[in-house]
Amino acid sequence: MNNAFLFALVGVGIFSLGLYALIMHDHLLRKILAVNIMGSGVFLVLVALAKRTGDALPDPVPHAMVLTGIVVAVSATALALILLLKVFAKSGQATLPDRCKE
Amino acid sequence: MEAITLLKWTFDTVLGLGLLWLAWRALTSTDLFQAIILFVSFGLLMTLAWVRLDAPDIALAEAAIGAGLTGALLLSTLARLQTAEVENTLPQSVQPSSKPQLVHWLLIIIIPLLLAGLGYAILDLPPYFEGLSGAVAANLDASGANNPVTAVLLNFRGYDTMLEIIVLLMALLGAWSLGGMPPYTDKPAGAVLDTFSRFLVPVFILVGAYLLWIGTSAPGGAFQAGSVLGAAAVLLILSDWRLRPTFIQRTLKLALISGSSAFITIGLLTTLYEGQLLAYPATYAGILILFLESLATISIGVTLGALFLREPVKYMESQ
Repeated sequence: MNNAFLFALVGVGIFSLGLYALIMHDHLLRKILAVNIMGSGVFLVLVALAKRTGDALPDPVPHAMVLTGIVVAVSATALALILLLKVFAKSGQATLPDRCKE
Repeated sequence: MEAITLLKWTFDTVLGLGLLWLAWRALTSTDLFQAIILFVSFGLLMTLAWVRLDAPDIALAEAAIGAGLTGALLLSTLARLQTAEVENTLPQSVQPSSKPQLVHWLLIIIIPLLLAGLGYAILDLPPYFEGLSGAVAANLDASGANNPVTAVLLNFRGYDTMLEIIVLLMALLGAWSLGGMPPYTDKPAGAVLDTFSRFLVPVFILVGAYLLWIGTSAPGGAFQAGSVLGAAAVLLILSDWRLRPTFIQRTLKLALISGSSAFITIGLLTTLYEGQLLAYPATYAGILILFLESLATISIGVTLGALFLREPVKYMESQ
């Protein structure tokens, strides 16, 4: 038994917190922040579960996947932020219009 | 021995709780600036968690990207939102959620259920699982790299890295076709920042080159080196360093596509001669990996930096 399960459970917790915030917040910058935190939770689960190898070195394949994932996450975040700035420039608000209420 | 084990468990528990607490604070803080700073510290704490999970490669990338670059992107977006909001006199810190109370209560019920389900699924997994580490270790000698993570990234699953670099390029194209980062005029960088960034950037480049070189045998490699280069580029752009339009026209575009075009060329050549995409002949594997990694580093670094470029289209058209 090592710390793999502890960190995997923390990862699940971080993912759930991010999901809650993603749905509850209206501000788009907060939503982008929440998606990033959810991603960190998923990465933590993947890498923690790769460590179930006893005393040997952890499985390098999930490590490589997470490394790729971190770089893709930052580029997606940059694109999302520029979209947010475009929405803001058009509507003057950093939130999306709620069609259900109109 | 017992004392050390106890100490490690205590440390891991405190680290895990700290991560959860920082994530929660970053998501609920009323002030957006504070939320972003908390997110950056969350990223730094994640770096510690990666070290504890024996993933130094990810720790290096997280320190540069997760904490550094993402934080810088978020802050520069916030700065643009806030300057405009001061003009519009919109209160931006106070953000009462417009979601109906029902959604809130539904979430309070559903999220713990999700948490319990996922937690059960994880605890149900076997405590010992080798995964693919045996297969990687058995073929490491033929891969051309001694660091298993680099071997996976550049050899065994080279197509992942190829597609990832193309995704990065796509994100940049998307950002640029939307006009890139809008202009943001603040007071020019002071003498301290100006001088400091001139001293720091060569150090960044040196560190990047070292990480790239060491990556075949120790933690490091194209992703880490690329993110350090990207951080250097962001530092230059944020401290008001201007690019000459001719540079953007040629050199920058070439640097952007160097990684993906090298991958595609080598992919085509290996498909023709070896019959499989990115299956390197064993004798040339080491040198091919170093070649691909070097160009990928330049591409990743320049692309990450170029995401911050203000009004790239203006530069493009000015010629």
